[in-house]
Amino acid sequence: MKLLVTFSRKGVKQPLIAQTVKDTGVLINVERAFIESNEGELLIDIPDKETKIITDAMEKAGARVKQMEDSVIRDESECVNCGACISVCPQDVLSFNETWTLCIDSSKCVLCGKCVDACPHQALSLLP
Amino acid sequence: MEKTIDLINTRIRDGNARAVRADQMPDIVDELGVEGALREVDVVTTGTFGAMCSSGAFFNFGHSDPPIRMEKVWMNEVEAYAGIAAVDAYLGATQKSETQGISYGGAHVLEDLVAGNAVRLRAQSKGTDCYPRKTLEIELTIEDMNQATMVNPRNSYQSYVAASNTTDRTLYTYMGTLLPNAGNISYSGAGCLSPIPNDPNLRIIGSGVPIFLCGAEGMIIGEGTQASPGNGFGTLMTTGNMNDMSTNFLRAATFKGYNSTLYVGLGVPIPVLDEEVVRRTAVRDEDLKTSIADYGVPNRNRPTLREVTYAELKSGHVELDGEEVKTSSLSSYKKALEVADELKSWVESGKMQLALPTRRMNTEKTSHPMRDRARTPQVRDIMNTSLVTISEDESIQTAAKRLLRGETNHLPVLDNANRLVGIVTTFDISKAVASSGKGEKVCDIMTKRVVYTSPTEAVDVATHKLERNNISALPVVDENGKLVGILSAIDLGKLFERGWKR
Ligand code: SF4
Ligand code: SF4
Repeated sequence: MKLLVTFSRKGVKQPLIAQTVKDTGVLINVERAFIESNEGELLIDIPDKETKIITDAMEKAGARVKQMEDSVIRDESECVNCGACISVCPQDVLSFNETWTLCIDSSKCVLCGKCVDACPHQALSLLP
Repeated sequence: MEKTIDLINTRIRDGNARAVRADQMPDIVDELGVEGALREVDVVTTGTFGAMCSSGAFFNFGHSDPPIRMEKVWMNEVEAYAGIAAVDAYLGATQKSETQGISYGGAHVLEDLVAGNAVRLRAQSKGTDCYPRKTLEIELTIEDMNQATMVNPRNSYQSYVAASNTTDRTLYTYMGTLLPNAGNISYSGAGCLSPIPNDPNLRIIGSGVPIFLCGAEGMIIGEGTQASPGNGFGTLMTTGNMNDMSTNFLRAATFKGYNSTLYVGLGVPIPVLDEEVVRRTAVRDEDLKTSIADYGVPNRNRPTLREVTYAELKSGHVELDGEEVKTSSLSSYKKALEVADELKSWVESGKMQLALPTRRMNTEKTSHPMRDRARTPQVRDIMNTSLVTISEDESIQTAAKRLLRGETNHLPVLDNANRLVGIVTTFDISKAVASSGKGEKVCDIMTKRVVYTSPTEAVDVATHKLERNNISALPVVDENGKLVGILSAIDLGKLFERGWKR
């Protein structure tokens, strides 16, 4: 399960990831991190069954946690099913099914944004 | 056995014609044989739906009162070409908006019109005795115009090269986003469903032939611009009435970092007259080849990385240098199938009659590159060859002295084998001095990732490198890896003084 964790550096004093790993014993995979001077955003990957315990631990430490299920949003009225987005995705999130219709497996997405740039029809966006 | 076009048209009128999509034809021929297929199938329908930059439309707006001879025309702030007659203009799909740039171009105006939206028409003129009015600004829908006639100068490529990129940065091109280090391959075209591959000798496809164009019944005018059927790159010039088109088959698009363009749905019905037509339309993706070109090389003749078939491209992966590289298409195969199906229903319901070309195209013709008599200047023409260099083991102080003496701001750094390993600028030295303790030797402070050029690179390309990397000089390295000069912004300045034009 991928979780998007946002926190303000004022609100979260202790090292968030290290502390959570220490407290829960769950190994966390950090896939992306944007750290600004006063706030931060992390995309982490954890075993599905640990979602609740990790969410609770991080929220207790002052962070906000969002489950990433439908991170890639496709505007169906704009999409022409060309597939220009498929080969740029490093995670194989996008593919065609047997009727040449675009399919999206958001659970693998790491929010890199490459597909959004590659779509000639501006049909893709990422979870706000 | 042969069938005449009249016989096929009679069957269409009677509702007895049998049409099949081009991708289904090979299996039918395998099953029934060539003769059997000729007997069973009357029309093969083709289809494609992809980016066709070379698209646009002629408009006649009607006369205002008092009348104006439009010298300049904008539709939703996208300029159309008005040097035609008083109230006519041609709007090209790739013209960008003067206020919104490439995110709204001519293609978007065309889509808006077909969608039924009003478009703001703005025109300017000097005013004449017969056309006194000088400005005009009104809202128009497609119904308010006398004509909205799409004309695509170059459309429906027989085949097009696939694209990859061997450089180390992402390229944004008309072939889509090309990842660094040949990270992906992008291609265009519907392969065996595309029109010309089903009639490569252009026997059935030619002037006057009715087609499906963006949902309307259109027509082939003749050979498209830059048509090169002699080497497999035939194109068609097509036309159709925009009033009958549908946004289902006409879509504006914007390629990031490149431009706006129009996605056009086009299909040609091919009457099955004789065995030759049967054999040609039985083509499979496995039989259609194209090459993967390296778009990382900004030359007209881009190197070919390898040949591929459409079957490989459509599979989603192609092997390149022993690695599986993901492929994806810019054109929509799903939509192409829809075009061919729609065309099939037109034929089977008697909506569309077929015709043979009134004039054949020249199939031998090949297009040639620009006759460019003035040789474009190359880096070696203007580079500075009196080199001041330094070795990586020398002290920062020596580098500083050399920079002061050498009337240069850039010192190429060489290793023991005289290979270029870095560059030091006055800025690097100032930085090193300001934050003392960074090291003492040149190799500690030099920029290691050097952007360089070659003696034979076009000056334009080198200039582009300078601008893109926001630097002011490029070392010039020959094919043996030897440093032979340095090209600085000052050298470029001299070029323009000498009167060379970019
Ligand atoms: S954001 Fe990146 S990882 Fe997610 S689908 Fe798009 S390209 Fe793939
Ligand atoms: S690139 Fe855009 S239009 Fe094409 S399939 Fe992907 S989302 Fe759809």
